[in-house]
Amino acid sequence: MRKIYHRIIQISGNVITVEADNVANGELAEVRSERGLSLAQVIRLHGNRVSLQVFAGSRGIATDSEVRFLGRPMRLSGSEALLGRIFSGSGNPRDKGAPLSDNMIDIGGPSVNPANRIIPRNMIRTGVPMIDVFNTLVESQKLPIFSVAGEPYNELLARIAMQAEVDIIILGGMGLKYDDYLFFRNTLDEHGALSRAVMFVHTASDPIVECLLVPDLALAAAEYFATEHDKRVLVLLTDMTNFCDSLKEIAITMEQIPSNRGYPGDLYSQLAARYEKAVDFEDAGSITILAVTTMPGDDVTHPVPDNTGYITEGQFYLVNGRIEPFGSLSRLKQQVNNRTRADHRIVMDTMIRLYAEFKETLEKQSMGFRMSEWDRKLLKYGALFEARMMDLSVNIPLEEALDLGWKTLAECFEPEETGINTQTLQEFWPKKENA
Amino acid sequence: MNELKPTGKVTGINGNMVSVAFSQRVIQNEVAYVLTGDNERLKSELIRVRGHEADLQVFESTNGVKVGDLVEFSGELLSVELGPGLLTQVYDGLQNPLPELAKQAGYFLKRGLYVYPLDRERKWHFTPSAEIGASLTAGCSVGSVPEGIFQHQIMLPFGWNGQWKLTWLIEEGEYNIDTVVAKASNGEEEREISMVQTWPVKVPISAYQEKMLPVEPLVTQTRIIDTFFPVAKGGTFCTPGPFGAGKTVLQHALSQRSEVDIVIVAACGERAGEVVEILREFPRLDDPRTGRKLIDRTIIICNTSSMPVAAREASIYTSVTIAEYYRQMGLHVLLLADSTSRWAQALREVSGRLEEIPGEEAFPAYLESLVAGFYERAGLVQLPDGGSGSITICGAVSPAGGNFEEPVTQSTLKVVGSFLALSRDRANARRYPAIHPLESWSKYNSIIPEEQVGKARRILRSGNEVDQMMKVVGEEGTPISDFIVYLKSEFLDAVYLQQNTFDAVDSGCGADRQKQVFAKILLVLEKNFHFNQKDEARSYFQRLRQHFIDWNYAPWQSEEYKNCEQRIDQALQKTHD
Repeated sequence: MRKIYHRIIQISGNVITVEADNVANGELAEVRSERGLSLAQVIRLHGNRVSLQVFAGSRGIATDSEVRFLGRPMRLSGSEALLGRIFSGSGNPRDKGAPLSDNMIDIGGPSVNPANRIIPRNMIRTGVPMIDVFNTLVESQKLPIFSVAGEPYNELLARIAMQAEVDIIILGGMGLKYDDYLFFRNTLDEHGALSRAVMFVHTASDPIVECLLVPDLALAAAEYFATEHDKRVLVLLTDMTNFCDSLKEIAITMEQIPSNRGYPGDLYSQLAARYEKAVDFEDAGSITILAVTTMPGDDVTHPVPDNTGYITEGQFYLVNGRIEPFGSLSRLKQQVNNRTRADHRIVMDTMIRLYAEFKETLEKQSMGFRMSEWDRKLLKYGALFEARMMDLSVNIPLEEALDLGWKTLAECFEPEETGINTQTLQEFWPKKENA
Repeated sequence: MNELKPTGKVTGINGNMVSVAFSQRVIQNEVAYVLTGDNERLKSELIRVRGHEADLQVFESTNGVKVGDLVEFSGELLSVELGPGLLTQVYDGLQNPLPELAKQAGYFLKRGLYVYPLDRERKWHFTPSAEIGASLTAGCSVGSVPEGIFQHQIMLPFGWNGQWKLTWLIEEGEYNIDTVVAKASNGEEEREISMVQTWPVKVPISAYQEKMLPVEPLVTQTRIIDTFFPVAKGGTFCTPGPFGAGKTVLQHALSQRSEVDIVIVAACGERAGEVVEILREFPRLDDPRTGRKLIDRTIIICNTSSMPVAAREASIYTSVTIAEYYRQMGLHVLLLADSTSRWAQALREVSGRLEEIPGEEAFPAYLESLVAGFYERAGLVQLPDGGSGSITICGAVSPAGGNFEEPVTQSTLKVVGSFLALSRDRANARRYPAIHPLESWSKYNSIIPEEQVGKARRILRSGNEVDQMMKVVGEEGTPISDFIVYLKSEFLDAVYLQQNTFDAVDSGCGADRQKQVFAKILLVLEKNFHFNQKDEARSYFQRLRQHFIDWNYAPWQSEEYKNCEQRIDQALQKTHD
């Protein structure tokens, strides 16, 4: 029988401190107050003073509320019964199903040994030319979508999830608007994907501490399916900025010295511990992570997108409903785009380079300068590029997109104006109809 | 030394910091082990003593540790094992071989599991070289074993002070590393020498005669570096840049193409996937200089971002200590640290938990001296036997927000000899490697005489000025002579500064080839062109660019290479008035 403690000596933010013995770091406890029962986790020990973060928040906790230590860290049931279920950030069912208790596994486990990883090798086709052609998504990649409030990032996330060839989809929602939660659930349902999905959802109205656990729960479930059932798992996390803000809140409560705009000094390590769970195994499944990071004030140098960018394998910028070609990057594309089609890289590089020149011309034009012959070609090209490649409604396979790329180039330029080497030109440059 | 190890009891836990009450003697920076209820031994380092309480940074997760848990002090500083068998290894920051951990623990790392860094069983063929009775100092060789393509010297341990006389030497034969191969006496005591020695990572190995000025260029086969911003053997350089600017791709190119003996890759707090590429590719890739595989000259120290943060701090020191060990054998070592910012962040995390008064951006006030101390471990040295060896350090820096004003970049710039600024604008325009030609600088000698490089630099600078001016007055307001300068600088950028790392030929441009191509480019840059129309000039340079790009992609001295050169000569002649 575990001891029950009644003496809470400090309540500050969502952190309470009790005097107790024989408590382990990271251990869970139950806190019973007049508002009901909440889980709490040990985050600091000093002598017999134990600090706990209370998942449901500290509101309503009395100095004599009951604290009972459970002698175990946070766990999740590792079983196939997870599929089709929806849970809250504390791991309780959100749907009307029963709680699960089979094969409980620890969440937030250790890192994969780098020696067990393999070089990513499989492209994930999405039907979005800005992704497939220019920044190919690769199995086991961790990739954020950098965006700002109001952009259709959740729609993009859902569309990629539905079109990607994966076995299991796991959604981790942090600070989701209730509407967005319903949107994801309905989209999964409409496409018949609910039965191969697991959702961990923390909505904007839920206690803030629960937000912190969502990525760990989602990724522990992903690791279970990838290693025990050899499944290809796609994890969707939205919105990681809310997760970081929760970290900040707890850090400030714990009186940690902030490093940058109030965020704790270990923000990078905290994010990396989650994102690095993306992996591909030689003899088991894989985990791919797509995460939304909203940039406060559309500022990419804000600590959250900045630290994220250093961890993830590229990023997609979603601006004005389009994936921006500049800044967007898939670091793993080199692993796969040499095996798609021989002209893939050339089309990718050339089209982006010319689009960059188009942007410069556009600037000149807006300042009222006379347009040269070359400028006019670029203007024509830029407009075509935006309509045929960047528009998010375009939904074509990679090969079709590459052909369209050559067609666009040939409509606008002479071959030697493109800077493509002669051999490639001879092979791929579209022949003139009447030549 | 037979007494029991001092012990203590855990009194507090805050993240990876554990406070311990102790009653015996403890040593700053000694290694201690926290013993958990599940019989795990968590390696830690003592980093502060206050009264009868010591603070340890634990190299593992502290989940499950309780107040009252036992702590064992080892009395030894954090050290690495040095001996034959280091090459081709993949270690974590504490020198545990990762493939061996994988065999024992499976997919995931397991805390509290530590493995010998070197193979105890493997036999090495030892050939004695010193004479009995010879007078030796620390770092002098007594014999050697072949390790891959190198003669791995077995040296008098670096910590032995003063003069030693060799009293006994084993005969030539096959031995494992723990075998005593020699004995030496300093007149007071006789000690045994085996093939392996340990050295505390945070203390530089200084068993050399003197440090020398680095003058010989280290050829990296990256044109913009070797020609414009060169690096010297024994020098230091840094590659700061925002994310996505190509730091890691550049480091990989350096690790593959650099003309040095040994490359040590310290993947410090960065993505695991990047290490995996090296791990899986290097055993397959040929090293054109030796005919062996690239992995044969490589050691990987890998403490990636999701591995414990305190071990990340140690990994930088582990790698530079191993580099110093090989330098002592008269070899040229290149240490690639990616990224020193993650190391600095690890320092920041620890400093925060110690509740030290923070400096700028909460980095500790002593950041600068630690950064300087690290880079100062590079250098070209004269060894006791008269030979020389070098360590060249390249540190990637990941400045927050891509802003070079931040503390880590600034303290790095104070101590390096070459600065390769990676720029987001160039990366966005796909101008790789995205080293900015106007912001970067180097204090070392180029493979091409400076007066020639200076001419090219002037073209780049004036080309940039014209470009800026054109943004204001437009192309039509620019005189054609200025416009041609602009075209020349764009041409130089496209065919020489930019280089395709993913192309088998273009990725490696040797010194001789650089000299030849650069001479030809200089012809173009110095030529007086006469065009009537700007469009005419533009299309001429576009054609010229085409020829040079084809040339860059042609294998060195092949038929194709010579044909391309001819086409360029013809194109250049056509414009003669």
